[in-house]
This record gives sequence, C-alpha cells and structure tokens, in this order.
Amino acid sequence: MPLFDEKITKQLKEILSQMQKDVKLVFFTQEIECQTCRDAHQFTNELAGLSDKLSLETLNLVIDKDQAAKYAVDKVPAIVVLKDDGTDSGIRFFGIPGGYEINSFLSALLAVSGRVEPLPPAVQARISKIDKPVHIQVFVTPTCPYCPGAVVTAHRLALENSHVRADMVESNSFVPLSIKYQVSGVPKTVINETNDLVGAQPITALLDEIEKL
Amino acid sequence: MEFNLSAGLFVAEQNFLPVESQTLYDVLIIGGGPAGMTAAVYTLRKGLSTALVTGNVGGQMTETAGIENYLGYRYINGNELVDKFREQVMQFGIAFESSQKVQRLEPGPVHQVTLEDGRVLRAKTVIIASGKQSKRLNIPGEKELAGHGVAYCAICDAPFYADKTVIVVGGGNSGLGAAIDLAKIATHVTLVQRRDRLTGDQILIDKLAAYDNVRILLEHEPREIRGDGHVERVLIADKKTGEEQELPADGIFVEVGLLPNSQFARGVVEMNEYNEIWVDCFCRTRVPGIFAAGDVTTVPYKQIIIACGEGAKAALTAADYIQNQK
Ligand SMILES: Cc1cc2nc3c(=O)[nH]c(=O)nc-3n(C[C@H](O)[C@H](O)[C@H](O)COP(=O)(O)OP(=O)(O)OC[C@H]3O[C@@H](n4cnc5c(N)ncnc54)[C@H](O)[C@@H]3O)c2cc1C
Repeated sequence: MPLFDEKITKQLKEILSQMQKDVKLVFFTQEIECQTCRDAHQFTNELAGLSDKLSLETLNLVIDKDQAAKYAVDKVPAIVVLKDDGTDSGIRFFGIPGGYEINSFLSALLAVSGRVEPLPPAVQARISKIDKPVHIQVFVTPTCPYCPGAVVTAHRLALENSHVRADMVESNSFVPLSIKYQVSGVPKTVINETNDLVGAQPITALLDEIEKL
Repeated sequence: MEFNLSAGLFVAEQNFLPVESQTLYDVLIIGGGPAGMTAAVYTLRKGLSTALVTGNVGGQMTETAGIENYLGYRYINGNELVDKFREQVMQFGIAFESSQKVQRLEPGPVHQVTLEDGRVLRAKTVIIASGKQSKRLNIPGEKELAGHGVAYCAICDAPFYADKTVIVVGGGNSGLGAAIDLAKIATHVTLVQRRDRLTGDQILIDKLAAYDNVRILLEHEPREIRGDGHVERVLIADKKTGEEQELPADGIFVEVGLLPNSQFARGVVEMNEYNEIWVDCFCRTRVPGIFAAGDVTTVPYKQIIIACGEGAKAALTAADYIQNQK
C-alpha cells in the first residue's frame, strides 16, 4: 500500500514543483531492515518519484561504511540531503519525517534547491562568523506541531554555513539516544553534546547558544 | 503513517506585501488566527488598506488535530483549515508579516503599534485578535524544569512517559485528554483538579474512568515542582484542609486553560479580571477606533466559528468607523 494517498500525492507534487535546482537524497538503511527502515525506504522511494528534480541513492550502513563515515551517519534510517553539485547541505533526517515533520522535510528540499527567503543581514553576518564545527541535533516527535519550526531553524544554519551539521532526530525511533540526552519534551535542540535549548526558539537564540561554545 | 502537511506554508506569497512604517493603514489587525484572518477578508473586500501582524498563521487551530464543528466540514484537520483560511486571505493584496509580535499599542488620532523588533506601524483603526495561549501554573520549579519533566503539550511529549509516573493538572477537556493519552502508556497517572468536580465533557470523563491506573484528586492544587535537573516530586496541597503531600513523579503535564494575549493593550483598553478585553456587541472597546475580536475578548465561548463571526463583525464596525470619519 502506498504511504501517500492521492490527495497528499497531489499536494506534494505541487509543492515540489517549486524546487529550483536538483537535489539528491542519500538514504541509509541496513541489511536486515528494521520496521522504521522499511517504512523510511518506502517513504524515500515514493517521494523521489514525485519530482524530476529529486534523485535518490540508497546505501547500506554496514556495506557502505565509507560513505556512512563521510556523511557522519551512525544510525538508520537516515536521509542526507545533497545540493545539485553533489556537495553536502549539512542537513540530515534520522527516522522518518512523518506527521508534522513532513513540513520540515519539504522545507529542506525547497531550501537546498535554492527556493529560500533571504535572512536579515544582521543574522546572516552572525552565521558567517561560525568558524568551528557545530553539530546540532533536534529531537522531535511526529505528533508535535511546534517541532518543524525548530528543525527548519537548525537546518537553515547548516545550509548557510558549512561548519554546521544539523540533524532531525525522531525520538521514538532512537530511544537510547533520547535517553542519553535526557529528552523528555520536544522540540529539544542539542548543540555539540554540551549545550541545549528547549522549545522552538528563534534563530537568534540558537546563535546565542552557538556563540557561547 | 499520517502526514500533517501544511500545504499553505509552501504557497508562493505573491500577494503578501511587506508591512511598512511609512504607510498609514486603514486597518491594522493584530493576530492571524481565525478571528484575525476573517477580519482581513472583510476589510480587504471593503477595499480598505490592511496590515496584519501575527506570531503565527492559524493561532490555536494549528494545535488542533481534528475539528468537527466548523460548518461545511464534518471533519477537518486543523492545519488544513488554516491553509484554506490563508488561501482566502491571500487572494487580496495584504501587508502581512508573521513570526512577529506586537509589543505596545498607543492610541491616538492615529494609532501606533510597536513591534518586537522596534518598528512602529500606524493605522486609523486597530483590530486586536491576538487570541489566547496556554496558561502556566506560576509555582516554584515550573520554569526551571520546563522541558525537563514539566510539559504543556501532551500529544508532543506523552511518548517519553511510557512506564513512568505522571501528574496531570487540570480537569477540563485538555486535562482529561492528556490523562487519557498518558494512562495508555504510563504506569500511573494522577489527575489534579482545583475544583470539586471535573469540568470536561462526560464522554472524556467516562473514557478516563475505564483506566485503573488513574487517580483523581479533586480540590487539590500543585504548590511546587521539585527535582535535580528533572522533575522528581511534586508538592500537592489539599485545598480544603491545607494539608500538603509530596508525590513522586517523572513528569507533570500542565493543562490549566488559556491566558489572553492582551499584555500589549494593558492600560489602553478595558479588561475583565481574566485580562480579556472588554467589547460590546459591535466588537468596540472603549477606545474609539480600537476593536477586538475572538478569544482575546470577553465574548463567551471560545470556538473557531465564534472567533470568525466576531472577526467579521469587528471588520465591519471598523469599516463603518472609517466611513463616518470622512
Ligand atoms: C487544543 C485545542 C483544540 C481546539 N479544538 C477546537 C475545535 O475542535 N473546535 C473549535 O471551534 N474550537 C476549538 N478550539 C478553540 C479555537 O481554536 C479558538 O477558539 C480559536 O482559535 C480562537 O481564535 P482567535 O483568532 O481568537 O485566536 P488564536 O487562535 O488564539 O489566534 C491568535 C493569533 O494571534 C497571534 N498573537 C498573539 N499575540 C500576539 C501579539 N502580541 N502580536 C501579534 N500577534 C499575536 C498568535 O500568534 C495567533 O496567531 C481548540 C483550541 C485548542 C487549544
């Protein structure tokens, strides 16, 4: 059975038709697929079929461990978003971007394709000053209406500065990781293992935290 | 698998113009929930120059999974209805800005509205449609432990409380809903209600009664939330005897109702004891040229269909006001 019904398919096609440049998705799964991996596999397959501007490469966490290392993928299912020239956008989704997260996923595709609103110059200036590696993990649940806001903000930083890597992490699929970071409310944004923010915060709050590192 | 797609987010906003400080608008609408969006459709159809500034598009509708009492739709997902409203506003040229909040309102022959980022907008009339947001308990420990066991969104955070012990505060529909969701997965749920009875719908009360891991404490209230980095215990008081007890808990879900977003209008327009803006049946406040509509007002019953009706009324009253000024 397809994941997207007729109505959603039509809406998704319309949204994806606004993509400007090509975008490539690299999907990581594993040999013996977990249920979420199977669903995520179907999700990426169906989605890639909805636009000529989207291409998909499916890799295996174990067999393609060099690629996994290159893209800093340490768990599955994972989706890495690449720009049209094949460079890494810094944007990743761990777990299926279902529920409300479909919105952050589409935002990422449009943004990486080049359809994105410019940021205020003052914010842009602060982002360009980031000169050391920053790893942002945004923990979400698919039923959380506020979470895509936090994910889109983190992904935007990744897109604007190549020192930043930003992950959406679907908490229900990665329970040990959620426990490790003591996630008990979402969205929760963890920055470089050390700093965290609770709730959907504006981009300036994220920058404040990054500047403290 | 479900997808809560907000298709409207991705529609090119060709008709949304930037809000400008140099323009004197006929109408400035504060808030983009059902009341504000309906008001916009009415003022724009009257040909009035309109600006709308809002924290988010859709207001409380974006937090609502399913709506079954907005006529024309037997059932519609909250986000879908937001998209439909937004599309209808978008057919007109409207000065529009979201992710922006109004900080101050100064009345005068020309009303001045200061935004969070310091910009000042000017308008002949203002429609306040800033709605409501979840209320806090305002007890020690709440702020410090927010997101660390103190939760305000049961649909978001319930999954983290599987096999845990939780407290739900509030015996209205949202408290009952949260308690039901949590009872399915938590070891134990204590529902704490200030009043002497539950105030939510009977259907939900019956549903909750079917779980044997739920205890209901009526006429009790939380006084303090304790824990080292995470909620561990909650101090609960019996309102009749004043007796306090400390309950162990991994989480506390706060569902104690809503607070009007009226701070920026304090001292400007009259409000009742709950900080709802007083309006007459024309949506007039006591300040000429300032109108209010929807959940932020004293109008009884907070519902989408009512907020829409009030928004329409406020817009028509504003249009008449401008007409009479000429
Ligand atoms: C969980 C839930 C379920 C519900 N279910 C239903 C239902 O099934 N049926 C039904 O009819 N009703 C339902 N309601 C109630 C309904 O959503 C509200 O009555 C309605 O949304 C009120 O509309 P409003 O426009 O007055 O205010 P809101 O919807 O509260 O919108 C206010 C808007 O103002 C903005 N704002 C706030 N402060 C400022 C500021 N300072 N400056 C600028 N903008 C600001 C906000 O960002 C928001 O966009 C539900 C509510 C909740 C919370």
